[in-house]
Order: sequence, then C-alpha cells, then structure tokens
Amino acid sequence: MNTTNLAEALPHLYEKSQEQKTIIELKDVNIYYGSFQAVKQASLEIYEHQVTAFIGPSGCGKSTVLRSINRMNDMIRGARIEGSVRFHDHDLYAADVDPVLIRRKIGMVFQKPNPFPKSIYENIAWGARINGFRGDYDELVETSLRSAALWDEVKDKLKQNALRLSGGQQQRLCIARTIAVQPQVILMDEPASALDPIATGRIEELILELKNSYTIIIVTHNMGQASRVSDHTAFFMVDEKRQGYLEEYAPTEQLFLNPGHKKTEEYISGKFG
Amino acid sequence: MLSETLFGTDEMMTSLMQKRKTSGVVWKVVFLFSTSLAILFLLLLLVSVIDSTFGYVAVRNEVEPHQLVEGKAEVSEFSRIELESVLQEHLSSGILRRVIHEKPLEERSDKDLVSLAEQYVIKPSVVRSWGLGDSLLDQKSIGAFMAANEGLHLSFRSWINWSFFVSDQSANPLNAGVRTAFLGSLWIIMITFVFAFPIGVGAAIYLEEYAQDNKLNRLLQLNIFNLSAVPSIIYGLLGLAVFVRSMEHITSGSFLSSVADTTANGRTILSGGLTLALLVLPIIIINTQEALKAVPDSLRMSSYGVGATKWQTIASHVLPASIDRILTGTILALSRALGETAPLVVIGASTFISVDPSSIFSKFTTLPIQIYQWSARPQGAYRNVAGAAIITLLLLLMAMNSFAIIMRDKISKKKRMES
Repeated sequence: MNTTNLAEALPHLYEKSQEQKTIIELKDVNIYYGSFQAVKQASLEIYEHQVTAFIGPSGCGKSTVLRSINRMNDMIRGARIEGSVRFHDHDLYAADVDPVLIRRKIGMVFQKPNPFPKSIYENIAWGARINGFRGDYDELVETSLRSAALWDEVKDKLKQNALRLSGGQQQRLCIARTIAVQPQVILMDEPASALDPIATGRIEELILELKNSYTIIIVTHNMGQASRVSDHTAFFMVDEKRQGYLEEYAPTEQLFLNPGHKKTEEYISGKFG
Repeated sequence: MLSETLFGTDEMMTSLMQKRKTSGVVWKVVFLFSTSLAILFLLLLLVSVIDSTFGYVAVRNEVEPHQLVEGKAEVSEFSRIELESVLQEHLSSGILRRVIHEKPLEERSDKDLVSLAEQYVIKPSVVRSWGLGDSLLDQKSIGAFMAANEGLHLSFRSWINWSFFVSDQSANPLNAGVRTAFLGSLWIIMITFVFAFPIGVGAAIYLEEYAQDNKLNRLLQLNIFNLSAVPSIIYGLLGLAVFVRSMEHITSGSFLSSVADTTANGRTILSGGLTLALLVLPIIIINTQEALKAVPDSLRMSSYGVGATKWQTIASHVLPASIDRILTGTILALSRALGETAPLVVIGASTFISVDPSSIFSKFTTLPIQIYQWSARPQGAYRNVAGAAIITLLLLLMAMNSFAIIMRDKISKKKRMES
C-alpha cells in the first residue's frame, strides 16, 4: 500500500525496486499471542540479495514479524498467525509445509549470542551434519568461518569450547553456523544489541559482505545501523491498543531522508522511541 | 534541609540504624540456632547408632574350650588334629553328616574348622550386652554383673566387623551377618533403576518438551506432584495387588520353566524392585523436568535455527546440557528407595533368609527390613546387630550420594572444558 503511493511520488526509486526480485511476501499478516493481537495487517515484500531492516519502538511487533518468516513463532505457546507469508511464492503456513525445512532455508541469528556449548568446529559442523552434508567438513568449517570474518581469530583453537569466545566472536560464530547450512535468507534479531561498538561495527561490515550471497532481514533498535546496512527499511509502530503495525516501508535512503509519514519522521529524528 | 525534615535528625538516623542492625543480628541468631539444632539431632542419631554398635558383651559358653582340650582357653589355639577329633566327637550325627556332605573335614581350612567348632560345640550365647557409653562410663555395674554371674566371658566387641559383612543371618546374634540383606538391597535397587530411570526420564521429556499446555496435561502434572507425596505404604499395597498377585505368573518367574521350581510365589526381587520403581517414578519425573526447565530456551532456539528437528534438538543439546542434574536427581531418588521399608514389608519381603539372592526371581530381604526386624527382636544383643546394620546402610547411602555429587561435578566440569 505504501509502495504504491511512493511509486507515484518518486518514480525513479520505484523503477529501481521493480528490477528487484521478491523472495518473501507478507500479506495482511495478523499475529496473536493468545487473545492479544500483537501485529495487525502487516504487508510487505522482501527482495532477494538485499538487506531489509525492521525498525520501530519497543513492542511494535518487528521481532514477531521476523519470527513469523521462519515459523519460529510456532515455538511460542499460544502464538497464532493469520494472513499469508509466501516464500518463493509458496505459502509457508500451508498444511503440508514442514517448519523444519523452512528453518533450514531461512536461517536465524538471535539477539543474544547463543553458540552451542560445544567446540567451535562442532558449532559449524553440527547443523551441516544433521542436514546431511556430504562434503568436506574441514573445508566447510573454514569457508563458513572465513565468510563470517572469524577464521583468523579462531583457526588455532577450533577444538576450544565456543563459550570461551568473546560476545562479538560468539555472534559471528552464530552467523557462521547459520551460513554453514547454506540458507537463502538470514533473519537477524537485533544481532548487535548485546555487543560493544567495535564488535557491532564488525557485524555490520559482515552483513554488507553477506548480502551478495544471501537475503538478509535485520531487526534493529539502532537507526544508525539500519541506515548503514540496509537497502530497504520497514518502520513499525505501535498504536494505543499496544498493537503493532507497519507504518511505512521504503528504500532506506528515502525513508531516512524524506520520510512519507509524520510518525516516521518523529521516530527517526528521536522524538520518541 | 530536606534530609533533616523528612528523615529526621542525624541522631534519629543513628538510632534507627542501630535498630536495623539489631534486627539483622536477631535473625542471624535465629538461623544459626535452627542450623545448630539440625546438626545436634544428626549427631544424636550418630551417637545412638555408634553407642549400640560397640561395647562390652558377656558371653556364656555351653562348653568351655578347656573342657575339650586340657589347658587351652581358646578354640583358635587347638591343633588341626584336636580340631578334627573335637568335631568328630561332639557334633550330633545329623549335623556332622551335613557338614561333611558340604565339604569333608580334611579339605576344610583351619579357620573353617575353628568357626564350626565355635558354632556347634562351644555354642556361645550373649547373656548381656552394653552400649559404648555404659562400657566406658559405667564399668562398676558391669563388674558387679560379672561378679554376680559366674562362668561368663566379658569382652569388648565391635558388632560391625568383617564377618558381619560376609555372614548370612543366624539365630545367634554373635554370628548374624548382613550379607543377604546387602545383596538383596543391591538387586532391588538395580531393578528399580532399570525400570524407573528410562520411564521417568521419558515421561519428563514428553511433559516438558512435547506436551501442549492444555487442561489435560496440567491435570497430569498436578497428579504427578500428588503421587510424589503419597505415603510409601500405599505403593506397597499397590505392588502387592499388581505385581505379587495379578502378575504372579511373571514376577515369580514361573513363565520361565527353568526357574519355576525355585520360588512358588510373586514375593520376589522383581516385585520389590517394581514397587520401589513406582514409588520413585514421580520423584524422578519431577527432578528431570526441573533439569530440563533449567536448560535455557536460547539453546533450543539456536538448534531450531539451523534446521534441527525437535528430537535432534533434545538429543544433541537439551539432554547433554541437563544430564548431570538428571543423574544426580535419579541417584538421590534411588537413595530414598534404598531406605524404604514399609512397601517391601507389605509386598512380603522375607525376614529370615540365609540364601543369597541368585536372580530377580529370588526371595529377598533388604537392609532396612533387616534393621526393622532385628530391632524388634526381644534379645538385647540384636539391638547391637541392628546398630551395625544401620551403619552399613548409612555407609551405602553415603557412597551413593557421594558418587552422585562426584559424577555431577565431573560432568559439569567436562561440559565447561569440553573440546
């Protein structure tokens, strides 16, 4: 809905997005926790090999929407979804869809670094092994760690327990672990919020590199981060009934420099949030 | 100033501070008192057990050794030839025949012959025994007792000794031992573990990881909590009805023709072990659930995040992260089963049995049953035997609990350091 308005207002931007291939499409998504509606009528398209950022104040449902994309909400008792979430034009919530398969194709990195309490090597190899990887594990571990810009720091201690790494290293290990099973999309739920500025900077660099091979959706509280790493930004808001909804969705540059909604402008200029 | 008006003057603040400190000290004393009281009772228990386990004992021999062989006051001083001839002469023909049938005299060791002679010829019997306290502090009255009764031998005896561990039961407290009961306890606990551990852990995994949060499952959970509080004797009645009576065909082993004739009823180790398994099942389930709850959800999420199924998540991450707590809880539950008496009495454990259990279809007795039975005997000396058995049981429990703690520390250390 917002995209159509924007297309009229700014045709050059719209053309650019026309070329982009849609990989995920949310349409009229309502998400409930028990009787409470957490998200109402969210519709947006995610484009392949782009970084899409979800921003918004606390409680606006951005993480909830993110988790609906790889059916992580299934894990939460009482969570329920209406509307359609389509991945490569297949309904993710169709009866014959296996959520395990979806999570294999749409990987996830969490807010708090959560490596397995196993060796660094095993952190990468485990996911590949359970998914039937038949290649060379040593090579897989190395390439995954290199892609996550972690190889040089850990190559001499692959047998060490991952929990002994620093927070930033743990988070990059989690990214490497996600890459190792070669998903098409990586969901990141505030991946840098528990890290210091230097570690955050590295994660951001990493996201920009990974975008060539993966589609990335990142939830963040940090508007600077969203503007630095993302191509598109979705701004979620929360209404007086504490229900989240999508306020505005636009190419990042446009949303930050020339927001189409008053609420967006207030939020990005720091008037609330 | 604001602080003076609303919080009072400095003086008032000081006196309030004094009051606050005093109330802190009072509570600390209360807590210290409770701790001391608990320790005091534990010490009392230990003291009373130790008191009955060591002490003087007055023994009357039916035949004195010097009456058998001139000039020798102890059977152990007899020569080999003297021993053999004494046994040949003084044993009744029936006993002699049985002894020889087991093993001819010539093939037996000296030590063996000495114990035979003591048991069947000398026939010592305890006239009176004293506790450790009396033995040390009230020697005057012991002396008076000895003076009033002639022909008694007074000796200081440790009722817990090696032969107590390796002997079976006996009608004579001096010869009574704990071996059959010890073995019975071990067999029972093994059966209990084999049944209760997999079922308990399995049920806990289902309830914690798979079960939906609905009314039925909440009811189930509530009932498991209730079951863990049911008095153990009720489980005994259940075991009697189900395992001993209804399933007699199985628990007596009669469905296996090879052991059918060894026992005729369902009062076997299998029934006892199954009954105790029922008893500890709710405890193991609750323990395991707590252990699974302690595994952070982020670990599960990270596993799902790389495309793992529920079972892969449980088997590779949740169980390894909680196995130390699960095992510790299980061992503590088993220690409880080890000390249970009532349910086993109800399902009909034997109280006097001198044959070691040989299979799960054997009759059995256990340490706590033996303690109960011995302390109920009229002869005073059996209380000393019971004291020794209590020490045995306490040692066994201590060994199990230490094993649980050591294992938990080892596993959690391994988890931290793991490659």
